[in-house]
Amino acid sequence: MAEVNKFIKNFGWPRIIIGGFLLTLFIVAPIFGVRIDTSLNDVIVRFGMSAIMVLSMVPMIQSGCGLNFGIPVGLVAGMLGAVTSIEFGFTGMAGILVAFLVGILAAAVFGFLYGQLLNRVKGDEMIIATYVGYSFVFFMNMMWLILPFKNPTSVQGFKGEGLRVTISIQDYWFHKISDFLALPISSSFIFPTGMLLFFCFMAFLVWAFFKTKTGTAMTAVGSNPDYARAAGININKMRTISVILSTMIAAIGIIVYQQSFGFVQMYNSPLAFVFPSVAAVLLGGASVNKASIANVIIGTLLFQGILTMTPSVINSAINIDVSEIIRIIVSNGMIVYALTRKAR
Amino acid sequence: MSNDNILLRVDGVGKEYDGNRVLKDVNFTLEKGKILGLVGENGAGKSTLMKILFGMNVIAETGGYEGSIYLNGEIVNFKDPVDALKAGIGMVHQEFSLIPGFTTAENILLNMEKTKSSVISKVLGKRLETIDMPEIKKSAQRAIDTLGVNIDTDTLVSEMPVGHKQFIEIAREIDREDVKLIVLDEPTAVLTESEAEILLHAMRKLADSGISIIFISHRLHEITSACDKIVVLRDGIVIVEKPTEGVNIRQIAEWMVGREIEKRAEIVHRDVKTQIQRDDDIIFEAQNLWVDMPGETVRDVNFKVRRGEILGIGGLAGQGKLGIPNGIMGLFETGGSMFFNGKPLAVNNTLEALKEGIAFVSEDRRGVGLLLDEPIDWNIAFNAMQVQNKFLKRYFNGLISIRDDKAMKAVAEKYIHELEIKCTSEKQLSRNLSGGNQQKVCLAKAFAMNPSLLLVSEPTRGIDVGAKKLVLDALRKDNEENGTTIIIISSELEELRSVCDRIAIVCEGQIYGVLPPEAEVADYGMLMAGEYKINEVGDKQWQR
Amino acid sequence: MKMDKNKIGKLLTASAVPMLFLLICLFAIPLSQFSGSYLLNNIVTRLIRNSFLVLALLLPVMAGMGINFGMVLGAMAGQIGLIFVTDWGVPGAPGLILAAIIATPIAMLLGYFGGRVLNRAKGREMITSMMLGLFISGIYQFFLLYVCGSIVPFKTPGMLLSRGYGVRNALTLNVAKGFDKLLLIRIGGVNIPVGTFMIIGLICVFTVWFKKTKMGQDMRAVGQDMHVASTAGIAMEKTRIQSIMISTVLACYGQIIYLQNIGTLNTYNGADQAALFAAAALLVGGATVSKATIPNAIIGTALFHLMFLVMPMAGKYITGQAMLGEYFRMFVSYGVVTLALVLHSWKRQKDKEMDRSQFRIAVANPPDK
Repeated sequence: MAEVNKFIKNFGWPRIIIGGFLLTLFIVAPIFGVRIDTSLNDVIVRFGMSAIMVLSMVPMIQSGCGLNFGIPVGLVAGMLGAVTSIEFGFTGMAGILVAFLVGILAAAVFGFLYGQLLNRVKGDEMIIATYVGYSFVFFMNMMWLILPFKNPTSVQGFKGEGLRVTISIQDYWFHKISDFLALPISSSFIFPTGMLLFFCFMAFLVWAFFKTKTGTAMTAVGSNPDYARAAGININKMRTISVILSTMIAAIGIIVYQQSFGFVQMYNSPLAFVFPSVAAVLLGGASVNKASIANVIIGTLLFQGILTMTPSVINSAINIDVSEIIRIIVSNGMIVYALTRKAR
Repeated sequence: MSNDNILLRVDGVGKEYDGNRVLKDVNFTLEKGKILGLVGENGAGKSTLMKILFGMNVIAETGGYEGSIYLNGEIVNFKDPVDALKAGIGMVHQEFSLIPGFTTAENILLNMEKTKSSVISKVLGKRLETIDMPEIKKSAQRAIDTLGVNIDTDTLVSEMPVGHKQFIEIAREIDREDVKLIVLDEPTAVLTESEAEILLHAMRKLADSGISIIFISHRLHEITSACDKIVVLRDGIVIVEKPTEGVNIRQIAEWMVGREIEKRAEIVHRDVKTQIQRDDDIIFEAQNLWVDMPGETVRDVNFKVRRGEILGIGGLAGQGKLGIPNGIMGLFETGGSMFFNGKPLAVNNTLEALKEGIAFVSEDRRGVGLLLDEPIDWNIAFNAMQVQNKFLKRYFNGLISIRDDKAMKAVAEKYIHELEIKCTSEKQLSRNLSGGNQQKVCLAKAFAMNPSLLLVSEPTRGIDVGAKKLVLDALRKDNEENGTTIIIISSELEELRSVCDRIAIVCEGQIYGVLPPEAEVADYGMLMAGEYKINEVGDKQWQR
Repeated sequence: MKMDKNKIGKLLTASAVPMLFLLICLFAIPLSQFSGSYLLNNIVTRLIRNSFLVLALLLPVMAGMGINFGMVLGAMAGQIGLIFVTDWGVPGAPGLILAAIIATPIAMLLGYFGGRVLNRAKGREMITSMMLGLFISGIYQFFLLYVCGSIVPFKTPGMLLSRGYGVRNALTLNVAKGFDKLLLIRIGGVNIPVGTFMIIGLICVFTVWFKKTKMGQDMRAVGQDMHVASTAGIAMEKTRIQSIMISTVLACYGQIIYLQNIGTLNTYNGADQAALFAAAALLVGGATVSKATIPNAIIGTALFHLMFLVMPMAGKYITGQAMLGEYFRMFVSYGVVTLALVLHSWKRQKDKEMDRSQFRIAVANPPDK
């Protein structure tokens, strides 16, 4: 019994409930005529699409900057990379690489400035990050209108200026990562090997980074800043590096998402990723100041699992679409839960 | 012995924290309208006694206390401070508890505001009565007048000098209805000489009006001049309880620091002869050092450390001894100049101090000393890794350095063995270790850097006897075998006298004197109380 | 003389933000090509609509809990009240009062819950209250989409979605202008609903009175220093909960006043932006996260909405793109909140350093020698 209690304590009630719920959905799915392979396909694809964005939470959490509610800063950098790549007409793998490159460069600049700001507001990072994210998105909305993009694929047709709300990448680099070595397992289950491999690659980089001297120092800064300071570590520098890293990973994450989705969504779209990404990593067992790759994988699987399974299974079962509401309650509830837990 | 005039009688009070005895059979009495001076070193049990008297929650949470306390002849046992307040006991703490944005008057009557009832409050309850500001000011003014100071009731606390804040705290206590006893905990520490004078006068005025006072101070001349009676606590026992008349300062100092001749024999002095130390071989020197460490301010410190010695730094809490090592390491804003191995050492530069080979074991073990949520091997290897690039594997010409987990494990195991750290493995989180073992991990972290100068702050605070001995032995061994120069900062004078070659005593942010371990106890006491300074030649300079 | 200089300096820093916005507006008004009476009419309308909501933020600021982004809890409670009176068909001012009566216990309950949650998240109240608002919004939507019309019976089928349960996305309120029509007067082409203004005046009187009560005094004490207040015997956690409860109930009334003026209810997203715009208006009025007054709220509401009004048109005439102004005003709304939060946080850290540096000067130059 003590063992069970310990397990529950370690694993956490939210994950047990959500995990159990998800498992139940999978078990009852065939009863309501929902195909398991379609469901698996959806879960895995959506996992691949959003996992890197969830991964981008890790560096900032580890360095003590808290949950990155300012993830739009990185997403905007990725969008900038994507539209720049399209603007110059790069297609295929080259298109994605150019998008990555421009996105990473932009993210480095944005991240540096964002990090400088967060260093000046220690203790209030999360609320300020949220508002920085929102303000930045609306600022860039103006830029999307003003910047001199010309490619007819991206600009609004009737005016010839200002970017469209959604830009199709069908002719550029649609599914270029997803389809790399893709395995068709059944008619409705195509395993997106490339996308998962790419996630593993990114996760490996992050994992390896936290094994380096700098990564170790960063973890110490997040774990106990006074300890790190007594070891002669420049806390602000470590925090800035972590913010730049998070921003860069987020930029890559959104490009991976877009290549799978088929469209670059502009304007307010980054705002839709904020709370789901934060909630996913928390659902995976991260706290406000500790996160690991395992948290990212478990959290994204559970979160995306719920998102894909509830509409299909529950709709077929009782004909009510409660998925949107479940998403809101689970993601925001998870964040409130994490914020009210005593920081150790 | 029933005396109508006795207000407070403490009868056989004792207290234990987790098997650690802090108070043993404490007895004393305080008459109405008298001032009692309570004196004792840190850890003598003063604050525990006051916590018991004031009904602080920690006491009940840790199992209550033995013996009984009588107030006006009736036995009392307060459940919480509010109970104590109701019974007429007021306490002025060392740290201010004032609301900065409130005026003098609002602070004096905080949560005791005069109010006017209205129709609404009669329906919805007392908390909706309106505040009667003129009455509040009048009441505050009365309290201030009693103290004989001149403070405007409309001034915001955030805009007034420190000394005034202390008076406001006291005014708040005397403003309560039927206050019978006020405890003042080191009230003069933040006051200037003239302000302290006013306070002592005010205390006498209060006493004459029938209020009893317990006055805690380390300034012994204040005790002799202001108090009717003196009680000296040492190691949880009342050493002396007698009228102040005829008692001189040197006697008090001796009682306070104590452990007379019969105990002297137990002190095992280390064999200084094994080390060759020369006055001209100076490893570290500080000149006009000041350190802005809150609560442990260093004002103007000069000292030299000989290569190969163990230097002790002692003194009462809050006098600045802890500020010295923290300042050397650059953990708090520091000024003045420092020299290491004859070369100037940059102030406010932690990394350079570490790189030069100075290591520091912080007194704040859990706050600064450890990564509580990381395993032992991380804790031990971290500083050496970050500062000296140890425990790293390098790739691509040193472009990328990856943690060498094997080397970290090896070093952790070595110290776990050497220092007898009790743990499940080197992967156990340091949060889950006992205090003594946590302290050993902190030591191991410093040893892993092979420092040439090691600063150890309060090495034995809050750890059990066995661990204490091990820690002190490990320090001595490191000094003797590796020739490491060590500075130990400790509140426990006996501990310093047992391991150090010389002991510097800090008072009011300055070094008041450097004594050999075998110097007379009373001299230590006088230095700690700041009665006189001893210069390098050994002359006494009276301060008060 | 020195004191005067300080005071003037303080006054200037306090009014710097409102001044800046006044300048922006003065610059943009001619560009927007709106007429004076149009603007005046609109500002009166905006004041009626929004000032109550902004005033609801004052008490939590006083209690040291920052901007209560959780005021959307109250707004949702108010909307539930309005939905029920619309279903029951009670029109006009009595309908509004009935809505308030229904909504009050809901708002109190939500406020109590919110206060409890925020007591567990000391030091990060703002982000927690914001997330709490979003979380409760999920439950609110669940209630209206699935419970209303199925478990909770509705009399008016026209209010329900075509599937037979769940409230429609947009409702026309038959209590529209219920308060505005009371004592409506016209002065030189400007409609002034004296009734609503009297309600707003009432809340101002309430706030002033409340600050002078014992509870208000406790709230100020808790707001300045939680620890000191609780050692002085003030029930710190309880006081914090009370401040959030009062704020939530006021926000609930504020939302009712807001919606009666607009006349239609956007059932599911109506409350989302309430906290943002209220917070932005308060901060534009020169308030900070730790100090806010009634004039801050009123001036801020007027200025913020003036900017909100003229900016899209000004943007359109300058650049020819209507959306640009739209984005600009959203940017400014979020930006001003961001800026205020950053400045507040920054100032707090600077103040700490200042305290210490004063001490340092004292150490470096000992007075006696």
